[in-house]
Amino acid sequence: MLLLIIFVLTSIAYVVGRSRAATLRKNGEQLHSLPRYYGYLTAIYTAVPALLLLAIWSASEPTFLKQSTVKTLPAEVQSLPQGQLDLVLNDIKNIATGGITQTADDPLREASAKHYNDRKNTSQLLKSIVVLVASILGALYGLRKIGIHTRARVFVERAMMTVLIACSCIAIFTTVGIVLSVLFESLRFFNKVPFTEFAFGLHWSPQTSIRADQVGSSGSFGAVPIFAGTLLISAIAMLVAVPFGLMSAIYLAEYASSNVRAWAKPLLEILAGIPTVVYGFFAALTVAPLVRDIFEGVGFEDVASESALAAGLVMGIMIIPFVSSLSDDVITAVPQAMRDGSLGLGATKSETIKRVVIPAALPGIVGAILLAVSRAIGETMIVVMAAGLAANLTINPLEAVTTVTVQIVTLLTGDQAFDSPKTLVAFALGLMLFITTLILNVIALVVVRKYREQYE
Amino acid sequence: MNEEVNPLPSLEQDQTSEQTIEEIVASLGDTVGQPRVEDPKMSVSNVDVFYGDKQAIFGVDLDIANNEVVSMIGPSGCGKSTLLRCLNRMNDTIPICRVSGELTLDGEDIYSKDTDPVLLRARVGMVFQKPNPFPKSIYENVAYGPRLHGLNRNKADLDDIVVNSLKKAGIYNEVKNRLDESGTSLSGGQQQRLCIARTIACSPEVILMDEPCSALDPIATAKIEELIDELRENYAIAIVTHSMQQAARVSQRTAYFHLGKLVEVGDTDTIFTNPRHELTENYITGRFG
Repeated sequence: MLLLIIFVLTSIAYVVGRSRAATLRKNGEQLHSLPRYYGYLTAIYTAVPALLLLAIWSASEPTFLKQSTVKTLPAEVQSLPQGQLDLVLNDIKNIATGGITQTADDPLREASAKHYNDRKNTSQLLKSIVVLVASILGALYGLRKIGIHTRARVFVERAMMTVLIACSCIAIFTTVGIVLSVLFESLRFFNKVPFTEFAFGLHWSPQTSIRADQVGSSGSFGAVPIFAGTLLISAIAMLVAVPFGLMSAIYLAEYASSNVRAWAKPLLEILAGIPTVVYGFFAALTVAPLVRDIFEGVGFEDVASESALAAGLVMGIMIIPFVSSLSDDVITAVPQAMRDGSLGLGATKSETIKRVVIPAALPGIVGAILLAVSRAIGETMIVVMAAGLAANLTINPLEAVTTVTVQIVTLLTGDQAFDSPKTLVAFALGLMLFITTLILNVIALVVVRKYREQYE
Repeated sequence: MNEEVNPLPSLEQDQTSEQTIEEIVASLGDTVGQPRVEDPKMSVSNVDVFYGDKQAIFGVDLDIANNEVVSMIGPSGCGKSTLLRCLNRMNDTIPICRVSGELTLDGEDIYSKDTDPVLLRARVGMVFQKPNPFPKSIYENVAYGPRLHGLNRNKADLDDIVVNSLKKAGIYNEVKNRLDESGTSLSGGQQQRLCIARTIACSPEVILMDEPCSALDPIATAKIEELIDELRENYAIAIVTHSMQQAARVSQRTAYFHLGKLVEVGDTDTIFTNPRHELTENYITGRFG
């Protein structure tokens, strides 16, 4: 409601500001900018201070309300520990909003709730008034500024720049925030479990006891088996994706007629659009039993029904479009003059592709593959469904293995205590995963950039 | 001056109406001059070329002799590059391109079923308008062809071929100390001479050059022209050029094309001093007054 009013005020401010500037202009004043810039200027003065006030007020309102409510409570309640105090406050809030409460009617709390409601209403009213006044004052100030001394265009341009900077800052700070939070949680984990055990331990069993006398009370956090699992599955996926992706890219870029290319390329890219959940149950329900049957048929024993091979195969298929689409782009970008030169020397088409086109496009292809690898390492859904949970340290693709992402999912689903090593290790795993993919991405970007320079 | 003498029909006009092209081509009459030579290396007889429905070359006859440079001149879109690319079947790479008529190399039809275009292109080498060295080392650029065709028995052979080709292309002294640097690191003129060396390394019999100097500065152009003159001793050469001075400087015979028709062909001196066809005269004088 308040926002709507501010919006209307802003629109009015724009129209008034513009027409006022237009009038001045008509009267022969040498205005610096076009009338509409004075309109923008007035609108900015109307909206921005009011919105800022609104944001600050709304952000600090709950804290003030809480403090004020706490003061109405008896002293013995006030001296309760923080956690219980929060519960009481929550209760009061629920009473105030007519929600479900834990305790039976309690006159004391009822009173507090009434106080809370009163304060809240006052606050809302005050907020509306203050914000509206700020908005109107801003509008008046903006209108007064219209004149030959105000360079409205410069002001508006600067305002635009500020908005754009603010938006990009939000994205950057979010990234930094996520990285830092993962980093600090990981440090908490490494306080409880030494880094060396995590990085070099060969045994993964993150179950910790809640009570001291429970069986299996010591969790062990050797991350090697799960990283090995991740690498195994990613390797299988790349073994599938790189040859198929690259060869289909070569076909599309070099051999396919434009008709075939027109429908084959989008079709291939649809593969990338299939939700990974769908790939996941395809892997778990179709591919995994198939893999087991085939390998048992040719005499292998102990083929797990959830195998690294099944998950890797399906993941590889999922990644094909990444490899093929990016490689196709870099192969197409190789200048036709290269091909002509090679053909003109009497090379066949496949010789030309093998000796000139692919080498020329190689850095770009490597970049594409590295991006695909980081995608494979971070992939979660397929492996959750198809790869299993057992942290086996093995290179046998027919056994069940588990990956970093699967473990993070299993560690953090369900009720968790957020200070046990079992939960915190998820952050450590996430950090390692993040660092790995980051390094791969950086290498990919550097390689791709190097490729670009070659033809400039 | 160009405005006064400009009877050449504009190309846009021709492309809009099929009928007009054919009418104009018919009005050009028969080729003036002598397209035939004794003992031709390559011979083109009554060749038509089509891109899809559009005819680009109309019944061209032309011979290319050993130890001779034939230059092909004419306004843009006159089909001279198209004809050049027919001579080593580079037009095969364009799906809609269709060639009829007879083209022979040493009397053998190069468009017959028995001819392998890949082997043909080794015998009839091509240098392109824009220098296009491979993004490999200078050595690898030159060794590319011989490796493909298995011309060398061992590494020493290959070294010889590379060095000789670079020497023949007149670039050896400039690059002998950096054979393992990338071919793309050379200057434009050096790149073009590297491309010529690359072509020579396949030991071709004919060298086709498609505006080899149009991307180069005058000094680099002069070096290439000098090189073309030297290469004439060992190869039959056909060169497409937009520069009439270049045609006059490097070639012994000149062919003037107009709208896909060979209008006039003859000794370069005669063509430039005493053209017989009106269009040839207009083209030559129109540019230079």
